[in-house]
Amino acid sequence: MVSPSDSDPAADALPDYRRQSPAVAARFAALRQRPVVLEIDRLGRQFAGEHGPVTALRDISLQIHRREFVCVIGPSGCGKSTFIRLLAGLDTPTSGRVLLDGKPVTGPGPDRGMVFQGYTLFPWLSVTRNVMFGLEMQGKAATEAERDALQWIDLVGLRKFAHAYPHQLSGGMKQRVAIARALAASPRILLMDEPFGALDAQTRAQMQAHLLEIWRNVDVTIFFITHDLDEAILLADRILVLKANPGEVQELIEVPVPRPRRLDQLTTPEFLATRRRLDELIHPKVAAHVASERLPIVRLTQLGDDVE
Amino acid sequence: MSRWFSIRQDLTPGRHRLLGVFAFLLPLAVWSLFSYVPWLWHPMVRVTDPAGVSWIKPGQILPREDFAKLVEKQAALAAPLPTGAPANPLYFPPPHAVGRALYTAFTTEPVLKGDKWLHEAIFSSIGTIFWGFTLACLVGVPLGIFCGASPAVARLTEPFVDFIRYMPAPAFGALMVAIFGIHVAPKIGIIFIGVFFPLVLVVATTVRRADVSLVEAAQTLGAKRRALVLRVLVPASLPDLYNDLRLLLGSAWTYLIVAEVVGVSSGISFFINQQAKYRNFDNVYAAIVIIGAIGFTTDQALAWIGQRLFAWKNPRPSRLRRFFGRLTGSTASPAPVASA
Repeated sequence: MVSPSDSDPAADALPDYRRQSPAVAARFAALRQRPVVLEIDRLGRQFAGEHGPVTALRDISLQIHRREFVCVIGPSGCGKSTFIRLLAGLDTPTSGRVLLDGKPVTGPGPDRGMVFQGYTLFPWLSVTRNVMFGLEMQGKAATEAERDALQWIDLVGLRKFAHAYPHQLSGGMKQRVAIARALAASPRILLMDEPFGALDAQTRAQMQAHLLEIWRNVDVTIFFITHDLDEAILLADRILVLKANPGEVQELIEVPVPRPRRLDQLTTPEFLATRRRLDELIHPKVAAHVASERLPIVRLTQLGDDVE
Repeated sequence: MSRWFSIRQDLTPGRHRLLGVFAFLLPLAVWSLFSYVPWLWHPMVRVTDPAGVSWIKPGQILPREDFAKLVEKQAALAAPLPTGAPANPLYFPPPHAVGRALYTAFTTEPVLKGDKWLHEAIFSSIGTIFWGFTLACLVGVPLGIFCGASPAVARLTEPFVDFIRYMPAPAFGALMVAIFGIHVAPKIGIIFIGVFFPLVLVVATTVRRADVSLVEAAQTLGAKRRALVLRVLVPASLPDLYNDLRLLLGSAWTYLIVAEVVGVSSGISFFINQQAKYRNFDNVYAAIVIIGAIGFTTDQALAWIGQRLFAWKNPRPSRLRRFFGRLTGSTASPAPVASA
């Protein structure tokens, strides 16, 4: 992780991450006018631990508007996965509640599609049959479901692989099928739990571009969990930063980077400013911490035989 | 040598086949050695010339010590000495005798009128196995799937099933006869008991091993209970279930032999017992070998079919599939590789 360090003179010249250009400010104003799709109301989750209850999440509130792209980041162990499972209805909160279009969430359902890090494609079904699954669950006839599924497969650019089985696909392709499968069930919100975490850097960049493209063209709200700070800035309208033990909201950042987003925005001042803020939040005083934790290694090479 | 016996490294196909053949040839070689090399074991003597001793006949087999004593006695009387050749006990026939019996056992008429020919006995045994196993599967597989799918059903069922599983199935023999009479029904009952209870537990365990994240994914796609079981859990665990049933079919053969002596003895066990009574041990071996051959070929056939049924479970395409893939030019042949 290369972060703009304090000694970097360019870093000091960065604008405030809260300053938005008129276009970006107008976009956020318009966004706030849209109806709320998902309302998270003082959500909390405790687990029974060995030494009494452990609070994984505490008092999280957030309103997500229609067609908004929200990213959640936080250090490991901040309850990101618990959070998204609560939204999906795969776990039950111990306090607070989740409302989808004003109706409380009581269990998993097709109105909240989910894309998991581990792909979770059905290995015994072809790509088409995987994408058809949600449609068939809605009671669509096979021919109609297949026609719809093929459109979604087209959308993620996998027409050639419609009859392939998951084990014949690369990781990125599997995740595209998983996205198509989730979208085919026409969810109100798409929940994505570190979907690109297992992919190599190049594929991940491609998938981020694909996802933005899909989001632009499909009426869907996206809730995206990641531990990759650049990914969060590149994708999100707003970034929810959690802190660990217990998982609580640290800050809700409106990303000042203008849309449409492209990979070359990674070096714009707005991007770097946001990035520096996230670094401060996620890795506070990282330099001092690393310096204090030198490994107790003795020299095992000859003097002068240095590599750096 | 090190390449042959390296740890956890796949064998080349040639060696795989070769070693498989050796697996059968080596025991056969040991058997042949003890059968045909006269100074290996051979604890008996087969009389070739009684030389006037009234109580032995040519071809009779007696222990070496007894024969030696007899020769000593005759020598003391200065009488002509009986001669004999080293032989193995009757219960240890040489490979060629068993090989011959594999054919002749089918052609020898039953000793008693009304007894069954060997092929009839075999068919009767296969029928017993088939019905016992099928009935156990029809009830046990669904129950096992429910146990694997629902912890409540599992808790309600498995402790008791586990308890009965420890009761040996043959122990129910007398009970089965009392309930079902003396013919084929109690035999099917014993096989059912022997297969059913382990089957429920094994199927439940296999279904429980299915990836829970697939169930969760299906839930977020709108699948409810029925679809979760029938469209996710069952297909996800089907290849392993299939292998479970293969293993249990093997254990069904074990129960068969006990089951067949319950009530009116029948089938291949009756044939074996009858032939043993008349000391036709080559026929006994032949019958045992036939049971093994039937079991082994069924299992191999089922394994072969399974590999083709559940191709998604073993991504390496079989040579047969690749061959047909090339013929038809279908996309299924080599896995399409692509980035992203």
